[in-house]
Amino acid sequence: MNTVAFTIVAIFTLTFALAAATNPRLMHAALSFAVMFVGIAAFFFLLGAEFVGLVQIFVYVGAVAVLIVFTILLTRRDVEKTRGFNWSGVVIAILVFAGLVWPILKSTSVSIAPPVIKALTVKQIGLALMGAYVWPLLCVGVLLTAALIGALILVLEDKRQ
Amino acid sequence: MARSVDQIFIYAKGWLLSPLAGRAPDWVIQITSSLINIAAVLGVFLTLFALISVLERKILGRMQNRYGPNRVGPFGLLQPVADGIKMLIKEDIVPARADKVVHFLAPIVVAAAAILALGVIPYGRNMTPFVIDGGILFFFAVGSTTELAVFMAGWGSNNKFSMLGAMRAIAQMISYELPLIITVLPVVMVVGSLNPDKIVSAQRYYSLGFVPHWFVLTPWGATAFILFFVSGLVESNRTPFDVPEGESEIVAGHMTEYSGFKYATFFMAEYLGMFAVSGLAVTLFLGGWHAPVPWLAFIPSYVWFFAKLSILLFVFIWVRGTLPRIRVDQMMNVAWKFMLPMAFTCLVSAAVWHYAGRRLSGWLWSFAVVAIVYLGLSLFLDTRKKFAPRTYRFAE
Repeated sequence: MNTVAFTIVAIFTLTFALAAATNPRLMHAALSFAVMFVGIAAFFFLLGAEFVGLVQIFVYVGAVAVLIVFTILLTRRDVEKTRGFNWSGVVIAILVFAGLVWPILKSTSVSIAPPVIKALTVKQIGLALMGAYVWPLLCVGVLLTAALIGALILVLEDKRQ
Repeated sequence: MARSVDQIFIYAKGWLLSPLAGRAPDWVIQITSSLINIAAVLGVFLTLFALISVLERKILGRMQNRYGPNRVGPFGLLQPVADGIKMLIKEDIVPARADKVVHFLAPIVVAAAAILALGVIPYGRNMTPFVIDGGILFFFAVGSTTELAVFMAGWGSNNKFSMLGAMRAIAQMISYELPLIITVLPVVMVVGSLNPDKIVSAQRYYSLGFVPHWFVLTPWGATAFILFFVSGLVESNRTPFDVPEGESEIVAGHMTEYSGFKYATFFMAEYLGMFAVSGLAVTLFLGGWHAPVPWLAFIPSYVWFFAKLSILLFVFIWVRGTLPRIRVDQMMNVAWKFMLPMAFTCLVSAAVWHYAGRRLSGWLWSFAVVAIVYLGLSLFLDTRKKFAPRTYRFAE
């Protein structure tokens, strides 16, 4: 059951990832990218990491995809124009992929065979975040607040005129 | 007896599944069980949609001193059937320059998100269609995909009005998502769980034998409930927050280029979203399917749930019949300057209530926190003394 589901989700995710990379129409590529995020969330669900899967949909489909789409709308005048094939992108993608695969295959600490999956509850994640990892969490919070204030200052209109 | 009436739908489902038990493999039973749940949710809420669409027109008619639909069937009750047939036989127009695929997918995604959100709400004792530990998070995760779908509708139509409507819709949905989610946090914090069933069962006790422990009866809960309800109004794009489809300004916003059944799908998604937000409000603040007083607990749980849901839906319609549409800038100001600080206040107030021992003194302290912040904000945001000759600013 899990293997079948894994195969289906993998094919689904890969299809949309390929579509995102190769679709000549930019907006279609961006939307395929959003669908791919749903596929990745499905992987997390299969692994029993319900919380991460939900956050994946929440943050990536709900926010990042909208952000990407708006960036395309606001920065390019030729949304409708079809783009050509980008060979340098292919080279970079292959390099990054190889750079990731090489250490994964080299490493001995990560076993490829899946261990027995024990579902991680939201409560456990909450306790971990509020206990052992509370300092990193607070630091990230401060950093994000600073970024938010910075963004506000950037767009603040000049009242003096 | 009361117990079996309460569980009648659970028994019905067990009876439907009984021929499979022991014969079919586990996953077949699982999938069949899910399909039964999905069919039940769809059946109930599409019926409710049909009913509420005619009731809304009746109630609005009553408020505006006219009759409303009364020609089809008794009291006009068959109006939804006529509407459905009309929508089905209408021509489905797709603009020549539209992005056909995106234009086609947008209404489907909007409706799918609304239907999925309905899945995690407990409709009665043991009656949650989709039990998941992070149910509340699931609700908002699928709800957040609506924004992308609205954008798809606006962009796919290749129409200026559509695009403007979609932009407005996304702006207001993102702004009000913050207060919507932050007002849920105090409840999650106090209960200590994201599971809707646990949130409902945390509200099952009664003080003095008749005061239910609903969160709406605490100061932070009442504030959060009002904020949640207003944000819910915005999220479902209903009057007075129907700026995205303001028909006097931009035709119908992102739905301008839709006709026939696709338009009906958008319409349906709007109502399903309204049901979902109301259902979540009932779950979080109004005690879910629990009876308001213990001696009425013999009435089946789902009856209580749908009674509370109908009251909230009536308020939705009532607000629509009463208030005019507000301006975009007013809406954004309210979201960021008032709703968001108040939502954070709920969080603090709930913490005060919890650590003061959840008793009367905690109630009063919590009330004091909300009152002080409310008064402070009203002083701070008071614009009355700033009246001056109107100045105009133009885009540069």
